[in-house]
Amino acid sequence: MTKKQKKVLYRILAAAALTVLIHFLPVSGIALFFLYLVPYLIIGYDVLRKAFLGILHGEVFDENFLMAVATVGAMALGLLGEGSCVESVEVMLFYQIGELFQSCAVGKSRRSITELMDIRPDYANVEKDGSLVQTDPDEVSVGEVIVIRPGERVPLDGVVLEGSSSLNTSALTGESVPRQVGAGDDIISGCVNTSGLLKVEVTKPYAQSTVSKILDLVENSSLKKAKAENFITKFAHYYTPAVCAGAVLLAVLPPLFMGGWMDWLGRALTFLVISCPCALVISIPLSFFGGIGGASRSGILVKGGNYLEALANTKTIVFDKTGTLTKGVFSVSSCLPAEGVSQTQLLETAALAESYSSHPISKSLRDAFENKELLSQDRVTDVEEIAGNGVTAKVDGHPVGAGNEKLMRRLAVSGFLPCQAPGTVVYVSCDGRFLGSIVICDQEKPTAKQAISDLQAQRVRTVMLTGDSQQTADAVAKNLGIDEVHAQLLPADKVARVEQLLTQKPPRSTLAFVGDGINDAPVLSRADIGIAMGAMGSDAAIEAADIVLMDDDPAKISLAMRISRKCLRIVKQNIAFALGVKAACLLLGALGVTGMQAAIFADVGVMVLAVLNATRTLRSVS
Amino acid sequence: MQKKFKIEVDCANCAAKMEEAAKKVDRVQNVSISFLTQKMVLEAPDDTFDAVLKDVVRTCKRVEPDFEICL
Repeated sequence: MTKKQKKVLYRILAAAALTVLIHFLPVSGIALFFLYLVPYLIIGYDVLRKAFLGILHGEVFDENFLMAVATVGAMALGLLGEGSCVESVEVMLFYQIGELFQSCAVGKSRRSITELMDIRPDYANVEKDGSLVQTDPDEVSVGEVIVIRPGERVPLDGVVLEGSSSLNTSALTGESVPRQVGAGDDIISGCVNTSGLLKVEVTKPYAQSTVSKILDLVENSSLKKAKAENFITKFAHYYTPAVCAGAVLLAVLPPLFMGGWMDWLGRALTFLVISCPCALVISIPLSFFGGIGGASRSGILVKGGNYLEALANTKTIVFDKTGTLTKGVFSVSSCLPAEGVSQTQLLETAALAESYSSHPISKSLRDAFENKELLSQDRVTDVEEIAGNGVTAKVDGHPVGAGNEKLMRRLAVSGFLPCQAPGTVVYVSCDGRFLGSIVICDQEKPTAKQAISDLQAQRVRTVMLTGDSQQTADAVAKNLGIDEVHAQLLPADKVARVEQLLTQKPPRSTLAFVGDGINDAPVLSRADIGIAMGAMGSDAAIEAADIVLMDDDPAKISLAMRISRKCLRIVKQNIAFALGVKAACLLLGALGVTGMQAAIFADVGVMVLAVLNATRTLRSVS
Repeated sequence: MQKKFKIEVDCANCAAKMEEAAKKVDRVQNVSISFLTQKMVLEAPDDTFDAVLKDVVRTCKRVEPDFEICL
């Protein structure tokens, strides 16, 4: 408890004790009124003060003012013998107890959310003249050398100079498998060094490092409000004046016809007591805040409540293929040697012919060949690259060709057989004879299939866009079970395709585009929700997207959707619950069934329950 | 220019009301007053930022006398 909260607690205890004491004193009439005035002032003086200041500033519909009017009114009624003064003390007591409760509950969840997101490094060990100085990360400049000991958090982005260690990235990505780093590797602030000592050269100032980017993003998420939040703001704007108007009408109209002025005045004061829309105003933003906090714990950064809300209604998800569903890394998927040729011979010839090229396909050929010592570039001479065809070279003196169908036709290779397998095919020839074909594929991510089926289980239509060939795209789509494929698209075509899909989506639903953040920024911003993945360390992706997945696991998308749905469910529960209870209170109050105490009790109760319900968003979705 | 400030607000409804009032302050481009994070994010033109901030703080204090800001 903070000092402020403790003070309120003492006031509550003192006022409650006094009220009980006065109850047993043999006093009545005007003396009783003055006696009750003491606990009333103890418990309510701050409300009265704020009410007074509110009036000075022209804030008529201030809940402090309304509480003051209600309780002072009840006191006056008590003095006139219509009811009792104790009522007004009790109302103030309940009100303060509720406020205290809520302030504790909100304080606690605020702490747990900020703890979740606490990836802020406290200090950096800067190496200066051979000794280590603990410095504020803010004051370390680019190029300085810092030392990170085991158990410490990486304070700034940098490059490892010395040492090797494993890093725990779970605070950033939600991923529990540690990442291995050694000299020459980039490291990202916010990770925790778990095993060895690392010497790191700083490459980015603190303000531009990953950790401060992420913190900024999550903290500023309150700028972008969800529709539900805006609804509450609007509602709050009209609710208080409406209730006050109701109170005035209740105090004046019925007694005109039926009489009983005092009774109706009492009922009208009950209205004022429940005029604060607090339950809604606190619990709805808290739900979104909790949802965003919980998601960031799993490595999903959501840039605003509006995106979290939109994600819950997503019915179409469009994926980019390369780097999103597939690893974006080429590897040999099959070797199809011609008759009388061994697999090793085929692969060795191809790898040697391509040994001077840095193209990813050539690299994958070299990687696939196990006996690396044989791949000496001395064995290769006369290398010639033929653009759009492939490579010709002399391997151990034999003329070799490695490339596409065009190259084979150009070299007039005998026994050439085109291959129909999806993927990129490299044909190999030696001495004018066909050696066989090698199929190179981008590998699917291990979780991609699960991710797609999870989304389909949530009745989401999945679409894949790619610049790759129809054949390759179809094969990937079939394997992963994707509903719809559009292949051979240029980046501009992707935007057009997404626009077309936007017109097809079911009404009131949203469309999300998932990409790796590289060269798909226009599509990311065109879609209702842009999701970038693998963003750890990529500024462009963090800028362009609405939701950022820190690692490159597509399964996080369905997790994000589950989190957003849970959050929205809680928001709706709270809205319905709070509005329902308020309406019931107003009705029962107007009918004179319940008094002021019951009304304030219900009002405060609903607020506390709504806050507790909202904190459920924090707990991660299993 | 966008800047973040630590603030102290006691009730959620006041924060909402302050935000509404602050948004109407002259030259404020965007402002968010969060009861949950106890932070205010203010966006205003660079050249008049300090003056705008002053106006915003005064407006907030009118709505809620207990409003505190750490500059």
